[in-house]
Amino acid sequence: MEFMNPGIFKENARAALADQDLRSAMAMLNAGMVPNRQAAVDRLPEFAQLSRRGRELKDHVLGNLDFYLECFERNCKAAGGHVHWCTTPEDAQEAVLKICRSVNAKTVTKGKSMIAEEIHLNEFLEKHNIEPVETDLGEYIIQLAKEPPSHIIGPAIHKTKDQVSDLFLEHHAKLGRTERQTDPQKMVNEAREILRQKYFDADVGITGANYLIAETGSSIIVTNEGNGDLTQTLPKIHIVVTSLEKVVPTLEDATTFLRLLARSATGQEFSAYTTISTGPRRPDDVDGPGEYHVILLDNGRSTMLGSEVQDMLRCIRCGACMNHCPVYQSVGGHTYGTVYVGPMGAVLSPALLGVSDTRHLPCASTLCGRCEEVCPVAIPLPRLLRQWRERSFEAGDVPALERWGLSFWAFFARRPWLYDLGARLAVRGLRYLGRRQGRLRKLWFAGGWTDGRDLPAPEGQTFQERWRRQQRVLRRGGGMR
Amino acid sequence: MKDAKTGPVKKSGRETILGAIRQSLGRPALSADARHELDDHIAKHRANLVPARGKGEHAAQVERFQEMARAAACTVELVASEAAVPGAVADYLRANNLPTRVTLAPDDWLGGLDWNSQSLLETRQGAAGINDLVSVTPAFAAVAETGTLVAFSGKTHPTTLNFVPDYHVVALRTSQVVGAYEEVWARLRKVNKQGRGFTMPRTVNMITGPSRTADIALTLELGAHGPRSLHIVLIDDQAGQD
Repeated sequence: MEFMNPGIFKENARAALADQDLRSAMAMLNAGMVPNRQAAVDRLPEFAQLSRRGRELKDHVLGNLDFYLECFERNCKAAGGHVHWCTTPEDAQEAVLKICRSVNAKTVTKGKSMIAEEIHLNEFLEKHNIEPVETDLGEYIIQLAKEPPSHIIGPAIHKTKDQVSDLFLEHHAKLGRTERQTDPQKMVNEAREILRQKYFDADVGITGANYLIAETGSSIIVTNEGNGDLTQTLPKIHIVVTSLEKVVPTLEDATTFLRLLARSATGQEFSAYTTISTGPRRPDDVDGPGEYHVILLDNGRSTMLGSEVQDMLRCIRCGACMNHCPVYQSVGGHTYGTVYVGPMGAVLSPALLGVSDTRHLPCASTLCGRCEEVCPVAIPLPRLLRQWRERSFEAGDVPALERWGLSFWAFFARRPWLYDLGARLAVRGLRYLGRRQGRLRKLWFAGGWTDGRDLPAPEGQTFQERWRRQQRVLRRGGGMR
Repeated sequence: MKDAKTGPVKKSGRETILGAIRQSLGRPALSADARHELDDHIAKHRANLVPARGKGEHAAQVERFQEMARAAACTVELVASEAAVPGAVADYLRANNLPTRVTLAPDDWLGGLDWNSQSLLETRQGAAGINDLVSVTPAFAAVAETGTLVAFSGKTHPTTLNFVPDYHVVALRTSQVVGAYEEVWARLRKVNKQGRGFTMPRTVNMITGPSRTADIALTLELGAHGPRSLHIVLIDDQAGQD
């Protein structure tokens, strides 16, 4: 598979659907994350109320973003921290490099950060002879495999256990670990032991931030492994790479989001480690970094404000939308060809990269609406996907055949009697074709569907026919309760 | 970006970003009145919704804390007084076949416990080194709603003690247990009060169970990079109260 090319979504999807390893890895997601989230939400009766409050808070911050960022900066500086405002990924890369060079950094340890992925920080650091060491186990796995993340919170979610066993053997053999481990506990241990010394040797530690607190000038990371804490505590310098929309007003406001995040993301009550960091180590501290830097990335976010995709800036990166997306579950994250994947990625990527290069992504959705249902800050993802489709159509990015197909469909859609007639004929025809097995394995003009799965044969009537019949029954008083 | 081309003088990233935000929002910088209102929101730092499970009687919260901490894979031992802590730590080491050497947080209260009562136990105080296997620390508070310990960094509590050793033992008093996170923030604002505001410690660690990962085929494993075990020695310092 060719990575990071959203232009070949269709080709990637075809390959992904034929990849048995990927399909078995993705099946675990549906079996685990979906029920886990539901159980966690059910255990907290106030979840929906918290979610509404979270949404209001984010909208409030976005409407006053300049104020809260200035407030954050003031308080971060007052605590001895540094804030670097970066309009582009290149600015952010340069800012990180300058800090690394100030201590002649040879290696930097990294906690998981989507902004670091967005600015392609690893490649950049390597080019400048600084070794980035990913410490989140999932990130470590994909760094070994030289792949981008396929999920925003579980970057190696596309890998089966066997694939990780092979990968570890391949890369750890030269470190004297020549036995292929197949027990996940032993594999976790192996990675733990190999990474341990790296934390102590690194000159700089880089983490992301789930939130920034304006009131205190702090950054928050939420992790389960503890790698982010070792990364930011042991080196001389802690760099936080983050983006504008992560700021919240107060500790109490951050708390509301913390109640939503873990439950939505993994179905945990709370992640193992939630850490609030404020400035460098204090004069009488025994450990901690001597410098604290916050890289604040814009990269197009300021122009999303006030636009029709502003709602996307509420996103708290929990990943629930992708966990629940039937398309993501089938094709996995790499198929999208972008850093951000799934429904949130299909909305965010066109804003960051332009809709022309990413036009397939908003189309890779059935608009079933599950993503919006599970979004803890009620981002109207289906509506935003439709908006990108319209923009892409307006921009003339849609090829002639597709345009012609849409016009063809529109012709019928505008003539209900003709549409109804056409649908009746089609439904009856398909029913006849699928009469033996109740499903169709191949269908002209629908190869895109039937290559990856069977098409269930219609049962004989169109939706409209069944609706009319049901209404007649109801009118006659035959209750449907 | 639009602004980059406007003038011969290159604007700073800060000016460019703040300018772009204001342009997108279709307004200039906020007026003094509007700023005052937002400053007020911050100064009041009101709690948003606090779930019902974070409220209620203290005794019930202590129960809930233990239940939630155990659900997050902690082990919890209730002891009658702080004098019992060194013995409880020694027992824990024995039960887990651990060497009898522990690193204590350089905290007066913790250090002042009678560690000499355990003749086989070797203690030292300080930050964690790479070879430290067991740490013993206090905590600032504990939150019942999710079984979460809260620790602040400082000269009496090096952050490394919470993350480097394989086994982390926390000596906690029942009077430190609160219902909801917001109560911890209220206590923090009070003990670290400075002028009209308060000082944040360099690091606030909210810890819910030992380190874990599900990054290999979504199989949950404990002990990813931080402690493999988190043991709470809970001292009942409110016996006879209520």
